[in-house]
Amino acid sequence: MSKFNKNSNNYIITYAVIMTLVFGSVLAVVAMVLKPKQDMEVLLEKQNFILKAALGEEAISSMSDEEVTRLYTETVVADVVKSSGDLVETEEASVNVFKEYKKPKDVRNLPVYTIYETKEKKNVVSYVFPVYGKGLWDFIWGYVAVKSDLETVSGVVFDHKGETPGLGARITDAEVQSRFKGKKIVDASGEMSVPYFEKGEGNDYSNNPQQVDGLSGATITAKGVSSMLESYLLLYKPFILSHKK
Amino acid sequence: MSTETLEKEVKEVKKSSEPLLSKKRKALLTNPLDEDNPITIQVLGICSALAVTVALKPTLVMAIAVTAVLVLANVVISALRNTIPNRIRIIVQLVVVASLVAIVDQVLKAYSYDVWKELSVFIGLIITNCIVMGRLEAFALGNKPWDAMLDGLGNSFGYAWIILAIAFFRELTGSGKLFGIKVLPDEYIGNGVMMSPAGACILLGVLIWVIRSRNGYVED
Repeated sequence: MSKFNKNSNNYIITYAVIMTLVFGSVLAVVAMVLKPKQDMEVLLEKQNFILKAALGEEAISSMSDEEVTRLYTETVVADVVKSSGDLVETEEASVNVFKEYKKPKDVRNLPVYTIYETKEKKNVVSYVFPVYGKGLWDFIWGYVAVKSDLETVSGVVFDHKGETPGLGARITDAEVQSRFKGKKIVDASGEMSVPYFEKGEGNDYSNNPQQVDGLSGATITAKGVSSMLESYLLLYKPFILSHKK
Repeated sequence: MSTETLEKEVKEVKKSSEPLLSKKRKALLTNPLDEDNPITIQVLGICSALAVTVALKPTLVMAIAVTAVLVLANVVISALRNTIPNRIRIIVQLVVVASLVAIVDQVLKAYSYDVWKELSVFIGLIITNCIVMGRLEAFALGNKPWDAMLDGLGNSFGYAWIILAIAFFRELTGSGKLFGIKVLPDEYIGNGVMMSPAGACILLGVLIWVIRSRNGYVED
């Protein structure tokens, strides 16, 4: 290397350019090669969440990835509706709930997952609605499964980007999510009324159809979850009313 | 201390006839485990040692990720050492480290999605892990690739065993589990402090104290 003057500007600039090109292309290739596998992992997680919300943690946790995908393709039908309740001709796979969340409420595409009991798509077990909102530090999201009566919550799954570990991040705990099981999304008069986290923790709300035992030390995350559920489930109200028997 | 070791190590360029694992080279591997440990003696890489050590599983993945990045970065920089213009050497190091970290991040996302979700923030922070930059500056720039590789392995193992030790105690006392499997009886109530970074800070302080007093380390 002695023939080059390593301190000359030309050498440094050429070096920087070549280095950028080499490392840039290596990164691009790696990202491209791994993309399909990563997309599959994301899809698998979604299927896992939807089935977990609808059928419960126990039913899914012992399944392998292939079994989850098979169960999902056999029993789940995905539709997209508008907040007016009208079905739209959009592929569910192309709907990104995060991108929809940023649009005004009345133009959002809202996916609905209908889970059937059998392969022949008979007997609805539950409807699963994706929800999206803000926690304390960053976005939170999840899936709410409602039984075929469209009144009783059969399960919820929440996930988050950056809630505090041990406090707000507890919304991903199975025990916290199970507190929503059996709650109602309608009140006694039949009007929509969405379950919400109460203040404080350790109280028994089993007699109240909307109050849910809260998260001590994570008030803002819990409020975020409550308002996420409220604003999103109300968007689905026309769909829910039109599908109620 | 760092500039002294830098000069000393730069002078220690090996002759090619030296056996692959001579005494000096073995010292490259073993010194960082104990008397020249990056965490307990040089006090580098503390941020990740506090942040990722809540449980053993993510800690193990972090240790493997740092090992991969540090060894590869050391080898790449060492191989390029005679071409790197001195004026932009830090930038070159950063590009190499950042690229390797991005690759590790992508591979984890594809093959260990759960762990990636838990760790992705900290994986990004490997770029700024002082151990990596420290070894590149102090060792890889002045030594041959084979030595740089041994040095990278030694230092990442030195980092790994400390964070694994902290994670072991934090997971055991914090949640009564090891690798997510319950080992303490159900009556055991987890110690909340150990689940927070403050608990890691206390543990790390104790560990540094024990190791330093055993080695007779004196601050210079």
